[in-house]
Amino acid sequence: MPSFKVFDIAGSGLSAQSVRLNTVASNLANADSVSGDAASVYKARHPVFQAVHAALHAGARAADSASAVRVSQIVQSNAPPVMRHDPGNPLADADGNVYAPNVNVIEEMTDMISASRAYQNDVEVMGTAKDLMLATLKLGQ
Amino acid sequence: MPLNLDAYLGVHQDALKLYARRTSVLANNLANADTPNFKAQDLDFKSLLNGGASGSRQQLSMTQTQAVHLTSGTEVPLTSNSGLKYRVPLAPSLDGNTVDPQLEQAAFADNTVRYQAALTFLSDKFKGLMTAITGQ
Repeated sequence: MPSFKVFDIAGSGLSAQSVRLNTVASNLANADSVSGDAASVYKARHPVFQAVHAALHAGARAADSASAVRVSQIVQSNAPPVMRHDPGNPLADADGNVYAPNVNVIEEMTDMISASRAYQNDVEVMGTAKDLMLATLKLGQ
Repeated sequence: MPLNLDAYLGVHQDALKLYARRTSVLANNLANADTPNFKAQDLDFKSLLNGGASGSRQQLSMTQTQAVHLTSGTEVPLTSNSGLKYRVPLAPSLDGNTVDPQLEQAAFADNTVRYQAALTFLSDKFKGLMTAITGQ
């Protein structure tokens, strides 16, 4: 039944967007986690989305091959960490510097809004597909 | 004279199948709204429905040149992968994604209403049949 594919597709969207929301939460929570050296400081993480074109079950016909979305990998930002002179910080290095993560808070907030809207879209699609299927089940009654 | 249920239900059963397929295609566009290099797709509804509804169901069926070739069932016109076309983007984005969420949402809402309309038509057909059978 092709209509069931909608739930798989929208479901894959939901899980991908929730991974994105998780990375945003992680980045924002660690935005102020300073470190004593540039190598060990937290780096912003971002998911990479990828469209999947695969048959959902064995023996499926060409038309049954559904697409969906998945998180192919989570990459760390290569931007340099922010160096700050803070001799009073117990984590400061010999020169009195600490390193703050390369998290861009504004970028994270817009990413969060985008992920939230996309998530809502997928929920809406799922709800509509459910309503349509329930209506189809009542056909002829 | 036996009743031909296919002919009685008319175009609506074909339309319903197409709308269901279009729901998946549009859902896929929305799910991939943030996927780099994803190209939005849609069904060429008119050509698909004409191919299915003009009575020439053989139009889109496969030609068998060898005896071992699989036969194409009666469902072929509406379940084949043809008719899937790429959308022309209005405003291309830097990451190569051509999904316009507003456009897709509008198309999805439109498709939903049309699906419900087809359902209503089918439902009325069945009701008419029931009236004829029970004679009440």
